[in-house]
Amino acid sequence: MTRAPVLRFGPLDLERWFLWGSVPLVLAALPLVFSRGFALTLLSQMGIMVIFALSYNMLLGQSGMLSFGHAVYSGLGAYFAVHALNLIGKGALALPVSLLPLVGGLAGALFGVLFGWITTKKSGTVFAMISLGIGEMVAACSLMLPGFFGGEGGVTANRQAGPAVLGITYGPAVQVYYLITVWTLLATVAMFALTRTPLGRIANAVRDNPERAEFVGYDTHVVRFLQLVLASFFAGVAGGLSAINFEIVTAEAVGVMQSGGVLLATFIGGAGFFVGPILGAVIFTFFVVAISAMTKAWLLYLGLFFIAMVLFAPGGIASVLALNLRAARAGLLRRLAPAYAAAAAAGLAALAGFVALVEMTYHLKLEAVNDPVLRLFGLALDVRAGVPWVGAAIVLLAGSALYWRAWKRVRARWNEVHERLGERGA
Amino acid sequence: MEFFLVTALNGASYGLLLFMLSSGLTLIFSMMGVLNFAHASFYMLGAYFAFSISVRIGFWPALALAPVAVGAIGMLVERYGLRAVHRYGHVAELLFTFGLAYLIEELVHLVWGRLPVDYRIPPELDGPLFTVYGTSFPIYRGFMMLVSVAMLAALYLALTRTRVGLVIQAALTHPRMVEALGHDVPRIFTLVFGGGAALAGLAGVIGGNAFVTEPGMAALVGAVVFVVVVVGGMGSLAGAFLASLLIGWLQTFSVALDWSLASALAGFGITLSAGSFLAELAGITVSQAAPVLPYLLMVLVLIFRPRGLMGTRE
Repeated sequence: MTRAPVLRFGPLDLERWFLWGSVPLVLAALPLVFSRGFALTLLSQMGIMVIFALSYNMLLGQSGMLSFGHAVYSGLGAYFAVHALNLIGKGALALPVSLLPLVGGLAGALFGVLFGWITTKKSGTVFAMISLGIGEMVAACSLMLPGFFGGEGGVTANRQAGPAVLGITYGPAVQVYYLITVWTLLATVAMFALTRTPLGRIANAVRDNPERAEFVGYDTHVVRFLQLVLASFFAGVAGGLSAINFEIVTAEAVGVMQSGGVLLATFIGGAGFFVGPILGAVIFTFFVVAISAMTKAWLLYLGLFFIAMVLFAPGGIASVLALNLRAARAGLLRRLAPAYAAAAAAGLAALAGFVALVEMTYHLKLEAVNDPVLRLFGLALDVRAGVPWVGAAIVLLAGSALYWRAWKRVRARWNEVHERLGERGA
Repeated sequence: MEFFLVTALNGASYGLLLFMLSSGLTLIFSMMGVLNFAHASFYMLGAYFAFSISVRIGFWPALALAPVAVGAIGMLVERYGLRAVHRYGHVAELLFTFGLAYLIEELVHLVWGRLPVDYRIPPELDGPLFTVYGTSFPIYRGFMMLVSVAMLAALYLALTRTRVGLVIQAALTHPRMVEALGHDVPRIFTLVFGGGAALAGLAGVIGGNAFVTEPGMAALVGAVVFVVVVVGGMGSLAGAFLASLLIGWLQTFSVALDWSLASALAGFGITLSAGSFLAELAGITVSQAAPVLPYLLMVLVLIFRPRGLMGTRE
């Protein structure tokens, strides 16, 4: 039997090539602009989170497996990497530090093989519960085996270990930033390429209709298992990078918070799109690193943001962007723009009122004994007086009412645009 | 012998408490297909509400009021939260309850602080119930068992002997048919969700002062309750009962034992060289391994009996 030649044609998508081609250049130039330590830390952590969230989406978005224990693989990868780093420091292991994430990745994949076979028997709710159980098991083990997990204090290491290859010592933070950037780009390209392989395509089929995939002749269990092992590898790479970045790995790395965090990041970004987890990782890291430094209520904001996304935009930010991009391509965005502007203004006002109320509550609860005055939006608010509370409540209520009206207009306009798009598509 | 008896009773009281949680979770799961991640958060809310009520008007009113309040919150959550995400499928529902658990924990931090609160056993229930050869069994443990058993009997009678219970049972398996017969199935869902939340709240009221009332209590119990549901078989009430008691005993007995593999090997005259990884592994006592045992049991059940002890579906 001869195979029919596959014909491929289509316009060379210059726009896309240009967009993605410019990403490495921008990332390489960023340290020249943001030379402050804080910005570099933020960018480095974003890079690690991008790999972690993308690997998570190999399960959630591409294979339909909702995991509550993905930190097991990144955390164990981080532990193996940090122990390997200590071996390098002792001179017992001849490996350049730049390749350390590979150690983490292999360790992650090893545990993926170990746990994956039983966890991937089923997808859906059963998989979710089992992954949670495995996550809890490893987290409980971390306190039981202080020799490997380092007990309460964790395992520390020094990343300036071993001979400097090509003069890279990882002393300055910039070098770590470039290491993370290179690994992030490599991992992103690799994971994107994986979505185009037969395995990646069949994983989508298993997600959408497992029964039919079985009838076509694929073992859904094996497909899910392979996806999990590959995802564990990349999670381990992220863990290895975090070991180099922080030079310490604690039991939190395998903990429930970490597993929940990557789920939040991926979902907020949008599990249905390849770029979704990238967006989500950037936003999530911004919350964790930047907003947590600004306010004590950041977990409340993150939780509310997540619930709002589940309720109103279950496709994530990427899906909202994709919809608008489609409208923009058709030149219909300017019909939406005025409604958007009105909704944004009203929404910001409501948000300001809400934030003021939340911040005042936290301040009253936690710090009012020392200093009853809260500084917010350039105002000095005395949380013991009634005026700021009433004012914030009025702003919130008025903003919400205006937002409600503006949102109705946005929806009406959207319906118009949607009809137009439908006509063009037909 | 007295060690065995008292530990068995303690284990049973803990197991019954777990069943109060897992029964609600199982009912909600089999009826709506929703795995309620926030279920243990309702347990926590029950404990905190009971604490706040008991410092003002006493423990007994709290025993009645706190579960009702938690149940009301559960109904509101179902009506205005879960029902809205229902059209996006089960994963969205699961994620919604996951976010809710996050939020409830943060609100508890805000209202009651991050440290454990001083929620105490009422003085009339403090003290030993009986003493066997020097080991005493506290009254409160007996009271916990009494409340759990009474509640379970009430639940059983309500499900099998009342009209509402029969409609709920029918809606478990044939929701479409029940709807066609003119019953408001969404309202039944709200009722069941609220009822499950109230049960969890009651478990919190009686469990909060027996253990510790702190913001981490939901996460601590929540994972164990999920293990119970998996081990017992998804959607099986009888399986949940069996698994609850099993895990209750497993945890209480294992905490009390300080045997280890090394001591067992030493009994055969084998000693491992100190310092090696194997020696560290073998030196772990059963009591140190106690937190891991439920999850290990879950993994074993999944390998050898994937549908759970009493489950009908895999």
